[in-house]
Amino acid sequence: MNPAGTAALRVRDLTVTFTGGGREVHAVRNVDLDVARGEFVALLGESGSGKSVTARAVMGLTDEYTRVSAAELVVAGTDLLTLSEEERRLMRGERMSLVLQDALSALNPVMTIGNQIGELFRVHRGATRKQARAAAIELLGLVGIPAPANRVDDYPHQFSGGMRQRILIAMAIALEPEMLIADEPTTALDVTVQAQILDLLGRLRDQLGMGILLITHDLGVVMEVADRLAVMYAGRIVERGDADTVLDLPAHPYTQALLRSVPDAAARGHDLLTIPGSPPSPAQTPPGCSFNPRCQMAIDICRTERPPLRVVAEGRASACHRSEELLHELVS
Amino acid sequence: MNSSADGVDASRAGAAATLVPERRVVLEATDLRRTFTGGSRLRPTHVSAVHGVSLTLHAGETLGIVGESGCGKSTLARMLVGLEKPDGGTLRYHGTDVTRGRAADRRLLRTGVQMIFQDPYTSLDPRMNVGDIIAEPMAATRSAPAAARRARVAELLGLVGLAPDMMSRYPHQFSGGQRQRIGIARALALDPDVLVCDEAVSALDVSVQAQVINLLADLQKRLGVAILFIAHDLSVVRHIADRVGVMYLGRIAEEGDTEVVYDRPAHPYTQALLSATPSHSRADRGKLSRRRVLGGEPPSPVNPPAGCRFNPRCWLATDECRTEQPPLRALALREVACHHAEQALAEAVV
Repeated sequence: MNPAGTAALRVRDLTVTFTGGGREVHAVRNVDLDVARGEFVALLGESGSGKSVTARAVMGLTDEYTRVSAAELVVAGTDLLTLSEEERRLMRGERMSLVLQDALSALNPVMTIGNQIGELFRVHRGATRKQARAAAIELLGLVGIPAPANRVDDYPHQFSGGMRQRILIAMAIALEPEMLIADEPTTALDVTVQAQILDLLGRLRDQLGMGILLITHDLGVVMEVADRLAVMYAGRIVERGDADTVLDLPAHPYTQALLRSVPDAAARGHDLLTIPGSPPSPAQTPPGCSFNPRCQMAIDICRTERPPLRVVAEGRASACHRSEELLHELVS
Repeated sequence: MNSSADGVDASRAGAAATLVPERRVVLEATDLRRTFTGGSRLRPTHVSAVHGVSLTLHAGETLGIVGESGCGKSTLARMLVGLEKPDGGTLRYHGTDVTRGRAADRRLLRTGVQMIFQDPYTSLDPRMNVGDIIAEPMAATRSAPAAARRARVAELLGLVGLAPDMMSRYPHQFSGGQRQRIGIARALALDPDVLVCDEAVSALDVSVQAQVINLLADLQKRLGVAILFIAHDLSVVRHIADRVGVMYLGRIAEEGDTEVVYDRPAHPYTQALLSATPSHSRADRGKLSRRRVLGGEPPSPVNPPAGCRFNPRCWLATDECRTEQPPLRALALREVACHHAEQALAEAVV
């Protein structure tokens, strides 16, 4: 184990380019991310903003048509850029893991749950079949599957959606990784089950002290669990900071508009505030600030010059030419 | 047909008390039931998807239906538009019984009740252009001559906020939000009295979702159409619905005005559901840890429990709940199907 205080995840200047189809699409550009140990960081964005691509690039789950470059990619003190493919494979599951959104397609339908979880212990820890099975039962109990000793020999289709998601989480935490990336872990689930999963993640974070990067588009989930927050738009991080401050006083017009477009009890009977248009495709981002065609505050400079992500206040950064105005307008 | 009418009279009487008298009843469902049969021939399994649901939809109002997956929301929606034939109960459209689904019934329902589907990517035919998609209901019912359809399509596109010259484009050229607008324009083509929206905004991004919600509210104001809005997202339903019904395993657990149900829920299930919904305000952080935790998994509608269908997960359950199915009864401005609603209301933690 690494000494406390080391970052669980440190990413600098991550760029992901898709090269398939004879053209280059920049899905993620110049992303910096930090997750401390025991910290819950949310990566918020709409579909197509590059959230999931970021997660896969960090994990090293990329195909031949994906080019990943980064200045720094460090998980719990280990520099991933210097590792061989094989060494990275060994790190996955052991020290960093990923929970995918669609639990049914992420599990092997012809293998029992016990074997799938046990495989981790047998491959990474050299456990015997018997030990692996016992460890699998213990894990199933930990994530709240009732009667784990009876369910361990069941197949994925015999479980409900919420249970499958919990099995995926069980697999992700099996070897007590230092970094857990959860890609929309609750999106397909009902609210009562979602609350259970969020509870479970929070408890595991406290018990095991791992860093969690939660990728989501659901503001309600972010409000509930995030310590820190990064907002992505069109492949870039547009705002980053402490969740309380960002959600309270957003410094980027996109974050602000997003917060206002959520149905709220107080606004009943009135029209919701909307963001005109729809998110741009990563293949065709507008010149200047990517958000400018949809932004109510856009001025001439926004259409020509892309604002860099810079520190606007203590512990928070925003990529907008008019962040200061936005902040002060809101404060006054 | 009327064999089950006795059990319903009590709940109807309760509903009558809360009705706004001047509003016309457009669609009225009484004790609708639908059971699917699956499994092998020798050992068939019965899925009781909708089990005795009654609801009334008045002209120009929005009724929200919320519930978790598998509670029968979509089956209910499909029965209301005539895509699914009920096994029992009656469905009346403007007072005419259309339950049996004869050709004349279907014709009547189709001109009056239209559906907006969940997934705007699969509910539009990719090989038809937008003009043909929107004109199809008119072509199918022969309600307008071919020449008049184009003008009507242009009008409908304008109504949902799209440019009329988009008529000759194909669905793949549109974004998710625009496609959902096309689906709405198609549903409005026959000038229906009722729109049934089955999870109509849940596939859309937050920023686009708000546009479609506003559009629906605006259309309702302008056209006076009644909306049945089915969703699992409680905050969206709270925003759009005048009245809301909470479904659990094929039955209505609680129904009433939106404010009443959301602010002072009387059914234990409604309380648990609301307390598990993340708040959209940072001040309420930690709300989930104070939530009412439900034991067990959501039960499946295959072999639902006897008595109250919520009893295995309910913290107030008594022997009465395990044997006797609670009827929907009036209590404090809403209708609730629970033997212990008074106690639940008094102890409410939400």
